[in-house]
Amino acid sequence: MPLKIGAGDVGHIHDHAKETYPQECSGVIVGMDVGEMKIVVDVWRAENTFEEDERGHRFLIDPKEYIAFEKRAGERDMDILGVYHSHPDHPAEPSDYDREHAWPGWSYVIASVSENGVEDMRSWLLKDDRSGYEDEPIVG
Amino acid sequence: MPKVRIPTPLRQYTGGNPEVDVGGGTAADALGDLTEQHPDLRQHLYTGDGKLRSFVNVYKGDEDIRYLDGPDTQVSDGDELSIIPSIAGGSARRRCR
Repeated sequence: MPLKIGAGDVGHIHDHAKETYPQECSGVIVGMDVGEMKIVVDVWRAENTFEEDERGHRFLIDPKEYIAFEKRAGERDMDILGVYHSHPDHPAEPSDYDREHAWPGWSYVIASVSENGVEDMRSWLLKDDRSGYEDEPIVG
Repeated sequence: MPKVRIPTPLRQYTGGNPEVDVGGGTAADALGDLTEQHPDLRQHLYTGDGKLRSFVNVYKGDEDIRYLDGPDTQVSDGDELSIIPSIAGGSARRRCR
């Protein structure tokens, strides 16, 4: 199922990835799942609460911030469709660590960012048996 | 009956329901009842050796049960447990360039 995300929201993710470089950024993508595609309506930044010296390759969203995101999405009749994060100086592909921590059904948007800017952005879905990911097409 | 609140990504395993009624007792009993009712949840909540995954948080009301009595936290009629995901990830440790 494609993930439809407009240029403005792509720009927000890219800006966040560039601002936090060389640390990872993270946030949630919200919108509607209409069956044949997921439509992103907004992206919300989250704080990376992982230990400071590990943030170059790790992110963690505090459960309390997640609770607030779910509430905010519900008030707007939207769902949290997934999570975005950046991979500084790494490809836009999920790591084993990403897989171990992933939730089913969510889109995992990863932006590969270097000192030159965002090089690539892709979206992934965890397989039901947690064995790996499927590539999820991003459409504008 | 106590209820367990299900986060968005796991509702596909509860028929779309955001809440599931469960039996009381302890938090472990309540979650055990939940995964008996919806067995496909088990692999996303527990590791292969039956431990709750580290990024799965269980709250009773507004309190993380880790700061109450953990799995032995008492759960009674009218209580609400919430499964709250810690969302984590990151690239492979070694830099590629």
